[in-house]
Amino acid sequence: MNLFELAAQNLLSPMVLFFALGLAAALARSDLTVPEAVAKTLALYLMLAIGFKGGAEVAAGGVTLQMIGVMGVGIVLSFLIPVIGFALLRAFSRLSTVDAAAVAAHYGSISIVTFIAATEIVRGQGLPFEGYIVAVAAVMETPAILSALLLARSGQKAKPGREGLGPLLHEVGLNGSVVMLVGSFLIGWATGAKGLATIAPFIVDPFRGVLCLFLLDMGLVAGRGMREGARHLSPPVLGFGIVMPLISAALATLAIWPLGLSPGGAALFITLAASASYIAVPAAMRLALPEARPAIYLTLSLGVTFPFNLSLGIPLYLALAGLAAG
Amino acid sequence: MQTHLKKRVEIVVEYPALKRLLDRLDRAQVTGYTVIPALAGRGHDGAWSSEGLAGDAGRMVMVICITDPARLDPVLDEVYAVVARQIGIVAVSDVQVIRSEHF
Repeated sequence: MNLFELAAQNLLSPMVLFFALGLAAALARSDLTVPEAVAKTLALYLMLAIGFKGGAEVAAGGVTLQMIGVMGVGIVLSFLIPVIGFALLRAFSRLSTVDAAAVAAHYGSISIVTFIAATEIVRGQGLPFEGYIVAVAAVMETPAILSALLLARSGQKAKPGREGLGPLLHEVGLNGSVVMLVGSFLIGWATGAKGLATIAPFIVDPFRGVLCLFLLDMGLVAGRGMREGARHLSPPVLGFGIVMPLISAALATLAIWPLGLSPGGAALFITLAASASYIAVPAAMRLALPEARPAIYLTLSLGVTFPFNLSLGIPLYLALAGLAAG
Repeated sequence: MQTHLKKRVEIVVEYPALKRLLDRLDRAQVTGYTVIPALAGRGHDGAWSSEGLAGDAGRMVMVICITDPARLDPVLDEVYAVVARQIGIVAVSDVQVIRSEHF
């Protein structure tokens, strides 16, 4: 299947169409809403399911040198991507140092929902992938935050009232989504295929339906964000929301070339690198860089990059994976 | 019935900063506080709503704390240490309470 057929198939998938429905409803100012508690529950469910399934697959395959290598590459990319993003934003936009660092942090970290959507697309193509990629997602969540903090604070004197890195790392490391993902992964690893079979009716069969409902909510939130936040995005910043994922994807493709990942695994790794966080990093930025404007980084990550990745990016990354895969 | 003058401190703050704020209130030895979720609103950066948010950024909460006027300044110092750099509002008002010893 060529890239255009893949993109067309993806655009007509229930996941993308539910996201589009939410987006359109929010832009048309419909009163369609998903209650906050339901949205949180859906997110927890998705992380439980994806973490558990990944852990169960690692239990079957064991820890390999390839797994350690891919995790290492993931950590390096998560540190490096914010540096590139920060340099681009400072060169081509008028964002302040703090705003540029906060935006860059989002692009170095990962979006677990983009990753989950990509796993469904990869599965839909009948491509197997390495289960440990879930663990790679977990380790790529935090380094970008540190990287961005160093960028934002470089050349600045310590400000009163600013907390040290320790409390921040504690709060980010124990962020609910990270705990859920890593915890489910470990439980899946410990209990293996038998454990998975026990709860499969809960975490396998309803998964796609729940994902559609969650993406409907993501569409609503993205649409509301675009409605309220679009005026904060200048054309260079808007362009960054599309170009940066492509740069990250190209870097990831080159970085994993020697590691011999399967096409499905490579597609997921590239998607991780190209995705932008909108759950863990925004909360961390509100604590670490509160001067940065959330209207910029949340709107860009959720209103521009997420829809791009969900509709066109993932098929493109799947095509790139064909080049990088062993 | 006899009532007693106290100070009511209302703090509307971003959810990610809540834990730090409550730690500071504990440090100021306030006798109690109440946290209330905020549903939606409008501020300098436009309208916001907690509906559908899967993450904590963008969510707001209100913390209500009643304290004795003599202890107001230390409480406000602790509160200010957190909210000075965050999105939020701090308001202080006079209230009457029935059980003075509770505050």
